Amino acid sequence: MFGKLSLEAIPYHEPIIMVVAAFMAIGGIALVGALTYYRKWGWLWNEWFTSVDHKKLGIMYFIVALVMLLRGFADAIMMRTQLAMAAGGAAGYLPPEHYDQIFTAHGVIMIFFVAMPMVIGLMNLVVPLQIGARDVAFPFLNNLSFWLFAAAAILVNISLVVGEFAKTGWLAYAPLSGIEFSPGVGVDYWIWALQISGVGTTLTGINFFVTILKMRTKGMTLFRMPIFTWTSLCANILIIASFPILTATVALLTLDRYLGMHFFTNDFGGNMMMYVNLIWAWGHPEVYILILPAFGVFSEVISTFARKRLFGYMTMVWATIAITLLSFIVWLHHFFTMGAGANVNAFFGIMTMIIAIPTGVKVFNWLFTIYRGSLELTSPVLWTLGFIITFTLGGMTGVMLAVPAANFVLHNSLFVIAHFHNVIIGGVVFGMMAGLTFWFPKAFGFTLSEKWGKRSFWCWFIGFYVAFMPLYVLAFFGAVRRMQSYANPEWQPWMILAWVGAVIIMMGIACTIIQFWVSIRDRQQNADVTGDPWDGRTLEWSTSSPAPFYNFARLPEVGDIDSFWSQKQRSNEQLEDAPYTDIHMPRNTVAGPVISLFALVLGFALVWHIWWLAAVGLIGVMASFIARVFNDDVDYYVPAADVERIERKHQLEREQQLGMEAQA
Amino acid sequence: MATDTLHHGAVAEPHEHHDAAGTKVFGFWVYLMSDLVIFGSLFATYAVLMKGTAGGPTAADIFELPFVLVETFLLLVSSFTFGMGVLAMNANRINQVKAWLAVTFLLGAAFVGMEVYEFQHLIHQGYGPDRSAFLSSFFTLVGTHGLHVTFGLIWILVMLVQLSTKGLNDMTRPRILCLSLFWHFLDIVWICVFSFVYLMGVL
Repeated sequence: MFGKLSLEAIPYHEPIIMVVAAFMAIGGIALVGALTYYRKWGWLWNEWFTSVDHKKLGIMYFIVALVMLLRGFADAIMMRTQLAMAAGGAAGYLPPEHYDQIFTAHGVIMIFFVAMPMVIGLMNLVVPLQIGARDVAFPFLNNLSFWLFAAAAILVNISLVVGEFAKTGWLAYAPLSGIEFSPGVGVDYWIWALQISGVGTTLTGINFFVTILKMRTKGMTLFRMPIFTWTSLCANILIIASFPILTATVALLTLDRYLGMHFFTNDFGGNMMMYVNLIWAWGHPEVYILILPAFGVFSEVISTFARKRLFGYMTMVWATIAITLLSFIVWLHHFFTMGAGANVNAFFGIMTMIIAIPTGVKVFNWLFTIYRGSLELTSPVLWTLGFIITFTLGGMTGVMLAVPAANFVLHNSLFVIAHFHNVIIGGVVFGMMAGLTFWFPKAFGFTLSEKWGKRSFWCWFIGFYVAFMPLYVLAFFGAVRRMQSYANPEWQPWMILAWVGAVIIMMGIACTIIQFWVSIRDRQQNADVTGDPWDGRTLEWSTSSPAPFYNFARLPEVGDIDSFWSQKQRSNEQLEDAPYTDIHMPRNTVAGPVISLFALVLGFALVWHIWWLAAVGLIGVMASFIARVFNDDVDYYVPAADVERIERKHQLEREQQLGMEAQA
Repeated sequence: MATDTLHHGAVAEPHEHHDAAGTKVFGFWVYLMSDLVIFGSLFATYAVLMKGTAGGPTAADIFELPFVLVETFLLLVSSFTFGMGVLAMNANRINQVKAWLAVTFLLGAAFVGMEVYEFQHLIHQGYGPDRSAFLSSFFTLVGTHGLHVTFGLIWILVMLVQLSTKGLNDMTRPRILCLSLFWHFLDIVWICVFSFVYLMGVL
């Protein structure tokens, strides 16, 4: 009846998990209770869960990502604490099978459920506004993508309390992840979480690719697009071309585990090296899916706050395209030591080093944008400067790893860990924090507290160096990754130093939480009445903050790069007020949440081999999708009179606010 | 193009209407390309594992070309009949569209039926997908294609119902175009399967 699932699947004997589960339960009950008490369920469902508005979906992506960041960070600080303790024969407090789950969960959560939704959330929030569109090409699919991602995130969190998570490392290398060496349900949770969120990501990739190519406003040619839109376009091309490889690879592993096939097994002709090749053929483009949009954020931030057009727009675009192409021919550098041979290693080593060239072009573009600009040191700029320094350093250790001969010494050591945290924290996290601060007023209509934003930056910046520089050092002493304890007591001071760094980063996260609190409290003082708090350059700043659900009452026309900026320079020439027209908008959908709920049921049932429930889930997914297909009532028109009313109201508010400020 | 003609004096903003059907079909093309990457991964896996027979049968031992040739022609003809259906749609002959879709469905169902028979036959002989890496990759590659065709069949049924209830309109037309793209795409993939797996396996 319940497959492999029984009450023994719940780890009562693990006090840490039980305490965490208790906190999650209390938090969940408190949230549900509050929503019920304040009668907010209908509002939540109608205004948010079923919404196809890209801005709301972007906000929801960010909320889930920030919650998952707390979970991923809890894993991180547990690992650092363990390693600060477990020296010279001490066992620490985490037994190996729990420690292995933690480093796996940390990697999976941080990449798939923090970095990805932040990047996709930011694309959702910003891209349609930047290209002057009213929504994405396929609004329903956009909602579905979010909910598939949310279902997968829920599945990962279920694994904390029901059963276990994978103990294989975040990419679940076969044959370790095969049924022979991982007979538990941990890898199955990993499989179905990745498949469900992966489908959502692929749909997002297609959606935004089509949106950017087909929905740009009048006059916005490709080479007039803002850089963030360009980097998003390239990231989405990478999603379309690489995520199917992940889907296929994980499906093959699934067949090995569920149907006894032999793709990646030791015997019966299987080839485990195929797994490593396939997973990295996805995995390397994946890191560029994360970093390219971050590059886009920095480009927007730096040109806005230096009050200058970005230096070398064209080279920035071509560097992005070059990185997009090159990212597909470097995957083998993740396993130089597997034994592909000297010539193959040399090819991939050289290709990897070549990627440093377009990246270097970008770094110089940012620096030259600052040069002779009048840089305002706001918190997004601090994140950007911190990024330029940190990412360059991480890039250089990356080039060291790209030398196959050096790689034979460095592989599997803490050097690798230090390197990729160097580029992911210094690149993606800093980029997302900059983007969050930069575009927050566009989403909510008030700016974030600069004071707490800067505190958060300094904690992250210093904390990163204190936490990860010791790992470079430890690597040269011979410390390897994924170890739960170590014999050499001389490593311990460095490990304790790294723990201190993690604590400083934790303070940075706390600063961000305080930042939200303070900013929401003071939202009246920090209100963004003009819609353009930073004196911005691109179209998203030309509409009000928060943007109305139809984005633009009249679709803007573009004649230049940074069109909004040049329009402001010509300021006084008043645009003729064309009459408002009816606006065509998509309707909300219940199909997204419903399909994803069935997908969650399907995933859970497959993890535990509850076949009847899996059938219910599968049929539910298909039936609810077909039901959606039969729904004709998917769009409507906002009458011009309504648009006028909303716009006038906003204008009135703005004049009142400006009048009040003038009096004060 | 549609944008320019609609721009002046249009009731609604030009951009919404600018070719919504075109955007859908374009998006579907992009989806097909991503699907092609799945098939590419499976072909690559087959190429790597085809020698991994582990003492079991090789491709030459188990493939029966005449049988597969019949399957191939069923699918090729079904692509032709779907093409006729799209022509009928362009001529607004809804009953003909339905008739051609029905014929396509029968041909596709026959194809899937033959494939199921082939699989079941192999499994009965003890050559199931768990016998060797070669058979795992063969069953998975061919089975993934078969699964796609099965989804295509379900989609044809949905379209037949929608044609009966909704007729040919702005919603059903692009869907039939997308379905036809899907169907021809599966045909092309099958030609690769036929050449690369069956022909090269036997010859």
